[in-house]
Amino acid sequence: MISLRDLFRKPKNRPENQGADGNSPKAPDGLYTKCDGCKRSIFTEELMLNQSVCPDCFFHFKISARRRLEFLVDKDSFIETNSDLKGKDILSFPSYEEKLKEAVKKCGENEAVITGTAKIDGLEFGIFIMESRFMMGSMGSAVGEKITRIFEDALIKKIPVIGFCLSGGARMQEGIISLMQMAKTSAAINKHSEAGLLYISVLTDPTTGGVTASFAMLGDIILAEPGALIGFAGPRVIEQTLRQKLPDGFQKAEFLLKGGFVDSIIKRTEQREKIGQLLKLHVEEDNESN
Amino acid sequence: MKAIDTVKIARDKDRPHGIDFINKICDNFFEMCGDRSFSDDKAIIGGVCNIGAHIVTVLAIEKGRTTEDRQLRNFGMPHPEGYRKSLRLMRQANKFNRPIICFVDTAGAFPGLGAEERGQGTAIAENLMEMFSFNVPIITILTGEGGSGGALALSVANEVYMLKNSVYSVISPEGCASILFKDSTKSEEAAEALKLKAENMLELGVIEGIIEEDDGLMDRIKCLIIDRLNVLKDQENLKEKRFDRFRKF
Ligand SMILES: [Zn+2]
Repeated sequence: MISLRDLFRKPKNRPENQGADGNSPKAPDGLYTKCDGCKRSIFTEELMLNQSVCPDCFFHFKISARRRLEFLVDKDSFIETNSDLKGKDILSFPSYEEKLKEAVKKCGENEAVITGTAKIDGLEFGIFIMESRFMMGSMGSAVGEKITRIFEDALIKKIPVIGFCLSGGARMQEGIISLMQMAKTSAAINKHSEAGLLYISVLTDPTTGGVTASFAMLGDIILAEPGALIGFAGPRVIEQTLRQKLPDGFQKAEFLLKGGFVDSIIKRTEQREKIGQLLKLHVEEDNESN
Repeated sequence: MKAIDTVKIARDKDRPHGIDFINKICDNFFEMCGDRSFSDDKAIIGGVCNIGAHIVTVLAIEKGRTTEDRQLRNFGMPHPEGYRKSLRLMRQANKFNRPIICFVDTAGAFPGLGAEERGQGTAIAENLMEMFSFNVPIITILTGEGGSGGALALSVANEVYMLKNSVYSVISPEGCASILFKDSTKSEEAAEALKLKAENMLELGVIEGIIEEDDGLMDRIKCLIIDRLNVLKDQENLKEKRFDRFRKF
């Protein structure tokens, strides 16, 4: 497939200008970015304009929670909640305090999830978006609390919740308290659900461990980004247990769709439109505020 | 005692297992099998029985003792169908208004191909959420290993108790050592750091009480269950109380 952008493709012998692993919230400095999917070099500006999705192979680069908001929700509609909540070193776990500080410095967020309310086409919902750069999106007490509160707030306001999941699992440094977050968040979803309210979870790369075994898989509608790794046990753990290589595509979003565990795989570039469609299909007319 | 030594005792194959609690504490036990969808997971034994004057649904994770039995029970590591069987029996308990008693002893939910293919995460998540819907009393007793989400899936209870030498943890000390300390030989250090002993759980408010282990163990557990059911059965809002219990974390 030859396209215009092939003309801009960088010659093989030019030094790599590796700027975008997609983990930067800002546009990377490099003119070109190598795609982890097709290994080709993409014009970085084009990649940015395409929501960090490779225009050739649709590989979805990791993006920050804030950047996701930019193209997902109505402009200026996001109102953040509980941004001051931070992980606590409940168990005096070795070097956890330092790790928390490092993570805050690294990504400018106080914890591995941002929460609030936002709108798509004027329809309001509660939203949480997990942040990979904060200790791999691991769930400790602050993450569990923020997600619980957004369901509680949404219950009071009688609005849906849309949650972007991304996590390496429970945060080991908070020990049993991080495990309890699985139950706590599930309880909040239960109440929100029993009130007849909609929860859409969107599984992004990677969604594993305790997050998969709780709120990620409890959506009324479960969407996934193409190619996202989704599982309870991580691939390495399974390989060690079974002492065998895992088949290609195992635990990828497409594998879960085939197995019947997600409703639909939706490209990042289409999520605003499709989620908007789902919201409209669930909001009763007399509830429409705008 | 060092945390790692407690872990060793908790894993000892000569400890009382799930099936022993059923045999010694329950009368008229009738086993019920299958998740009505895929198969019967022998890692979890479920059924209905009497405990004292109470009619209850009982669920017990069983690791097995002989080589053959351990294989049959998958070493007490349930597959999704095990959690789905549990959920089916808990729904049934709720329908017939009988309390639910869980005996938990597992290294964790099984990390395998089939388990992932059949939705291990989904199965656990659904247990966690739906256990908050039941109006009957739920009591969980951790008897050996309380391994992460696989143990929590039977522990969304009104009251949780631990045997003195059982442990409850988000990850095994070995797993924690290899991931966090990048050194699988540091499991002793990891066990200590994870604060996984019963006394830690009581301090953190994760459990209601610790059950001493001695010759009177089975009688003590039986009395505890009967006493607590006598109290819980007359209580209103068991569902709300279960919410509040977990909301505080
Ligand atoms: Zn590509």
